[in-house]
Amino acid sequence: MRIAIIDTSQSRAAIISEGLRDAGLDDVVVIEGTGRLVADLEAAAPEVVLINLENPSRDVLEEFFAVSRALARPIAMFVDQSDAESTAAAVDAGVSAYIVDGLARQRIKPVIDLAVRRFQAFARLHAELNEAKSALADRAAIDKAKAILIKRRGLDEPAAYALLRAHAMRSNRRIAEVAEALITSDALMGDMP
Amino acid sequence: MSLDRVRIGFLPLVDAALPILAREQGFAEAEGLELELVRDMTWATVRDRLLYGHTDAAHLVAPLAIATALGRGRPAVPMAVPFVLGLNGNAITLALPLAEQVLDDDALGDPTILGERLRIIARRRAASGRRLRFGVVHRYSSHNYMLRYWLAACGIRPDIDVEIITTSPTFAADALAVGEVDGICVGEPWNSVAVDRGVGRIALVTAQVWRRGVEKVLAMRRDTALEVPDTVHRLIRALHAAAAHFVAPGTGEASAAILARPEYLDAPVDPIARAITDRVRLVQAAEPVHIADFMFQYREAANFPWRSQAAWLYSQMTRWDGTPFSPEEAEIAASVFRPDIYRAALAGSGAPLPGASSKLEGAIGGGAIGAGSTQGRLILGRDQFFDHRAFDPDDIPGYLAALP
Repeated sequence: MRIAIIDTSQSRAAIISEGLRDAGLDDVVVIEGTGRLVADLEAAAPEVVLINLENPSRDVLEEFFAVSRALARPIAMFVDQSDAESTAAAVDAGVSAYIVDGLARQRIKPVIDLAVRRFQAFARLHAELNEAKSALADRAAIDKAKAILIKRRGLDEPAAYALLRAHAMRSNRRIAEVAEALITSDALMGDMP
Repeated sequence: MSLDRVRIGFLPLVDAALPILAREQGFAEAEGLELELVRDMTWATVRDRLLYGHTDAAHLVAPLAIATALGRGRPAVPMAVPFVLGLNGNAITLALPLAEQVLDDDALGDPTILGERLRIIARRRAASGRRLRFGVVHRYSSHNYMLRYWLAACGIRPDIDVEIITTSPTFAADALAVGEVDGICVGEPWNSVAVDRGVGRIALVTAQVWRRGVEKVLAMRRDTALEVPDTVHRLIRALHAAAAHFVAPGTGEASAAILARPEYLDAPVDPIARAITDRVRLVQAAEPVHIADFMFQYREAANFPWRSQAAWLYSQMTRWDGTPFSPEEAEIAASVFRPDIYRAALAGSGAPLPGASSKLEGAIGGGAIGAGSTQGRLILGRDQFFDHRAFDPDDIPGYLAALP
């Protein structure tokens, strides 16, 4: 069973195709979502197409499925009523799937379920990465704000931190936000006493 | 008081203005609603988010709402359209090499003369094996049906003499630039963006093909519309107020500035402002020309979902999908449009409410006429197709048989 993956994120496409291969589905083609999309798809003649929901080529793709006579059997959307739950899970995860008409659904379901899990894993990885990045940025801002307080108010480091923390609690803001505000005002005020 | 949250999907187009302004100008809040707007890049995804509950309502091309209810290309899902977001506002933009052959000055084309010239070129190109190719935004879009209606009435057979493909509106200018298509029929600001980039010129606007052509609608799943009628009524009132604001003199610049923001259209403000005020720049660097009723978002009860509009779209769907007319399908299609919900929402507001739910489409040739209303005074202006055929929703087979 040949599976085509069309994704605007190459790394996500790689993660999904790896997952499919691990599950023994090794006839996987990754298609770049650019100008040659339709021609590449025609050449690959897949039985299952997985595409990320936010891909800008989805309307073009659906038109191709509607009019294509190049594929032996027309591709219909995987939205069989009996599989509504599976399809909903796929849409929630950000993936839409198309299959050739008449492909047995017990063969499809594992593919969809696996794609959903891989999409979710990718989203989690992304969220964690963003969190780590923003934690790093927060740390840098707090360090810089502390340095400003040490220099201008003659505080030591624990006192500078305590001041930031106390101000954050009083104004119901995050310490990093208070630090950012301090850095901005320091930059604007320059050497003014 | 906490606000009820309504999520609305949209594509970055000028005619997504009403939900955006309802949110930004406080019309939703005044009705106790908080609108969350969900932007996507394809109609397929706007539709899927609506069907799978990521959104409660959507800015949608009208034929796609009907195709979804009829189960074209996928299992059918009952749909409801309680409000029309606007009429027309689209244009046909030709790549410069083609425009030079069929237009002799910098004015807007005449649909009949332009069609006549285009037919000669289209036939010649077809004979040489390189058919003219036009891009539309979706198979089930008013753009596709307007373009096809015009071409066919001019003796140009879509899919035979010319090719019609799907292009994403945001990439339409690129498609013109690289010669992937010879013309596009898309919504604003994407025609104007192509003109400003110097890769195309606007030859016609869809209001010239059908003066009062139905365009985007507010689409919902029917079960959503029936489950929370009060919320739907408040949403309709908020959108109606936004529509009045949209056409009010002096609001165009401010509306354009809001629409241009990165979270909405993420597009240059100038072409958006031109579209809102019916001023269209046809050729790069030229003075914009005023085109009456280019976009039509409010007057003459423009937001009222006429069942006959849905019926016309269904007639075109059978015509171009090549499926036989079916009275059952026609009834399902017409019933997607919900004048009853519109009336219930705006009862007591002073907005004109048509007494009828269906009318002859394209059948007002002269000046404005008074129409029966259950509330307010309803005046309908000139409404014609460019070839002067009228559409009778009670005789779709007769209409289809008489079409070329």
